[in-house]
Amino acid sequence: MQAVSSAPMLEMTGVSKRFGGVQALSNVDFACGTREIHALLGENGAGKSTLIKIMAGVFRPDSGCMVLGGEEMKFATPRDATAAGIACIFQELSLMPHLSVADNIAITDPPRRFGFIDGRAQRRIAEEALARAGAEDINPYAPVSSLPLSRRQMVEIAKALARNPRLLILDEATSALTAADVARVFQVLKRLRSEGLAIIYISHRMSEIAELADHCSVFRNGRHVATFAKGEKTDMQVVEMMIGRELSHAFPPKPKHGTNGAKPVLETRALSWEERLRDISIAVKPGEIFGLGGLDGQGQMEMLLALFGALRSVSGEILVEGRPVMLSSPESAKRCGIGIALIPEDRKTDGLMLPMSVRDNLTFAALDDISAAGVISSRAESTAVADMVRLLGIRMSDASSAVATLSGGNQQKVVIAKWLLTKPGIVLLNDPTRGIDVGTKQEMYQLLRRLADEGSAIIFYSTDYNELIGCCDRVAVFYDGRIVRLLAGDEITERALVSSALNIPAADVAAAEARPPV
Amino acid sequence: MNRLRYGLLEHRGTLLAGAVFVVLFSVYIANYQTGLNAAVATTVANKGVLLAIVAMAQTLPVLTAGLDLSVGMVFVLANCIASAVVVGSPLETAFGIVVVLAAGLACGLLNGLVIVYGRLQPIITTLATGAIYYGLALWLRPVPGGDINSDLADALTGQLPGGIPSMLAVLLAVVLLVWVPFRNSVTGRAALAVGSSEQASYMSGIPIERVKLVTYALSGLLAAIAGLLLTFVTYSGEASSSIGGTYTLNSIAAVVIGGTSLMGGYGSAIGSIFGAFVLRTIGDLLFVLDLDPLWQPLFQGMILLVAVSLSALRLLKIRNRLDLFS
Repeated sequence: MQAVSSAPMLEMTGVSKRFGGVQALSNVDFACGTREIHALLGENGAGKSTLIKIMAGVFRPDSGCMVLGGEEMKFATPRDATAAGIACIFQELSLMPHLSVADNIAITDPPRRFGFIDGRAQRRIAEEALARAGAEDINPYAPVSSLPLSRRQMVEIAKALARNPRLLILDEATSALTAADVARVFQVLKRLRSEGLAIIYISHRMSEIAELADHCSVFRNGRHVATFAKGEKTDMQVVEMMIGRELSHAFPPKPKHGTNGAKPVLETRALSWEERLRDISIAVKPGEIFGLGGLDGQGQMEMLLALFGALRSVSGEILVEGRPVMLSSPESAKRCGIGIALIPEDRKTDGLMLPMSVRDNLTFAALDDISAAGVISSRAESTAVADMVRLLGIRMSDASSAVATLSGGNQQKVVIAKWLLTKPGIVLLNDPTRGIDVGTKQEMYQLLRRLADEGSAIIFYSTDYNELIGCCDRVAVFYDGRIVRLLAGDEITERALVSSALNIPAADVAAAEARPPV
Repeated sequence: MNRLRYGLLEHRGTLLAGAVFVVLFSVYIANYQTGLNAAVATTVANKGVLLAIVAMAQTLPVLTAGLDLSVGMVFVLANCIASAVVVGSPLETAFGIVVVLAAGLACGLLNGLVIVYGRLQPIITTLATGAIYYGLALWLRPVPGGDINSDLADALTGQLPGGIPSMLAVLLAVVLLVWVPFRNSVTGRAALAVGSSEQASYMSGIPIERVKLVTYALSGLLAAIAGLLLTFVTYSGEASSSIGGTYTLNSIAAVVIGGTSLMGGYGSAIGSIFGAFVLRTIGDLLFVLDLDPLWQPLFQGMILLVAVSLSALRLLKIRNRLDLFS
């Protein structure tokens, strides 16, 4: 355990911020010392994001003061915060896709010679920063748009490190990363801590917080609830603090013997695409929640896109209710047989039209059902919207308000509701709980089980092993585009998931299990 | 090796536009009775350089994901001012040139100020300010006329020793003095960043307001340089709305043919120069191939469509339909 120095690097006292009718932060005190990793916990909408955006100069607080390194700070723009030595790695990436990796890393203050950007020095800076972040494999000349999401996030981290910050803020910075990258980032963060940085860390993954954080602060409804040192509270106590109520069973019970007799509604035979999917054959029955597991980026997302008609030149066969189907677009998937729906990973780009109203967003996919001769029936629309708002417990001021004004969890509910309105027989979910608060997650698990009980087939990709263990009847573990292991029932354990995700042969795992613990 | 590959990728638009120009120009010369000589090159240069510089002016706002519909009007206004002040002794002429360039800079700066601080869309803002600049031009020159320092005009529209058209030298100077420094400056880099993602730029601490101001001001300056050169070619000033409108639209076409993305974040003024010469060469080609000049707009339109389609070629390679939209 590191000794926390006496003088805090950052001290905020009495900070309040109001947006229209919502009190996002009320009278919050917060401090983070040097050589400290301080985790912020709370549901979405608890005020964490607002707090760090104040630190980053994005918002100005209505009241309260902020002291950094002994000096009072008043930031007007992110530029001021950067100049004061604060670097943020946000959930929404702050990279310019057309520019190269090196351009991006050096963008805030590029090295200059005779007033012009010095390309060679910039390359050196970029390489150093990438090395510090443990991502030497990234070419500094590559345009950011050519990199996959997990690599971009590493560039984002390198970009923050290149500024040599005094205070580093990570907001869900690891949620897009592969497990190997997370481990490297953790090493980097621990090293930076020993070098004297103050680090503020936001994550919804309790295991990450347990590994990293020296202190945790819990927020709820814009208020600071408690700050405690590592190990003082159990996970369950923390969760209770976050949601402010007793936590019932996180996952709904699984049916004991469910679907053995039924015929599969969705089958694939030797499905292959590019280098990302190799010879995938699965059969999913109605009433079943079928998980896709494995490390991030092993082909699970492509699998869902292939089933939703979003990929071209897919080889192999897809059968719905036993009949081969040709899926040429999401529209054809939606109309195919019993109907297929995909809840996308990124609700902001693939799921919602953010400036449009909740009502419009909810009924987009099902307009055919509520219209006659091309004219939308406003009565049918209102009924459909009201049903869904009630069914999913979507919290909002009014159905005509822009969906962008909702919290992340409620936005995700809108995405799901939109597809439920099409009454799909097959529901594909692409990591739907990423960046969503605990309460909403639980509601979602209940909903998935209810849909399955009503006869839908559900294919559920999650990067969170606990979800796969808690929700799924079977889990197919992907590795390098192949299914390396199919786990069913009690076989779905964290150990089995992790070992097969790393493609460790089952025999070795069994041998390890047989051996007495060291 | 990687560096070369990414370099080629970065400049693919410019390289392609340059290749198209070389092909078209070769066909033109092959069919021209006298072949390539200094006089032919000078005529081509005098016609092409004006549009090339206006297209450079258009490129800068487009890189930031904006658009400047006033470049043609600033071009005309500069022409009218020049026909009044770029006369007399060398000192007076020099002063006149400074006045013309300052006027262009001021027009561009005004565009930038309204767009940045009025938070208005560039397309509407510059449509409105363009009308204002045209009104000023009309007020200055209700009827065509005026004069210009003819010694300077003859020198600039003629040839350098060795038969190289002077206008090409002027174009080279503009590239070296305006575009190259801009492209390698922190502001130029920031302009591309803003065009690529304005939100990410803001979060990276880039002074977006200043970047846009500089970009639009430079655009006005370049348009004024072109207007000044127009005066050297025509020896007079004319407040012609058709010239202004044509140059504006052709400048956008040249930018697209030059491989610059209208969505911002990617492209180069060098590509736009080639784009401008491609457009001009099409007209000349019709002439040597003995086609009715009435066909010119049709052919220009077709070339433009081909250019836009080329940039859509990558869509054929896409295996994930979601990438069609990014």
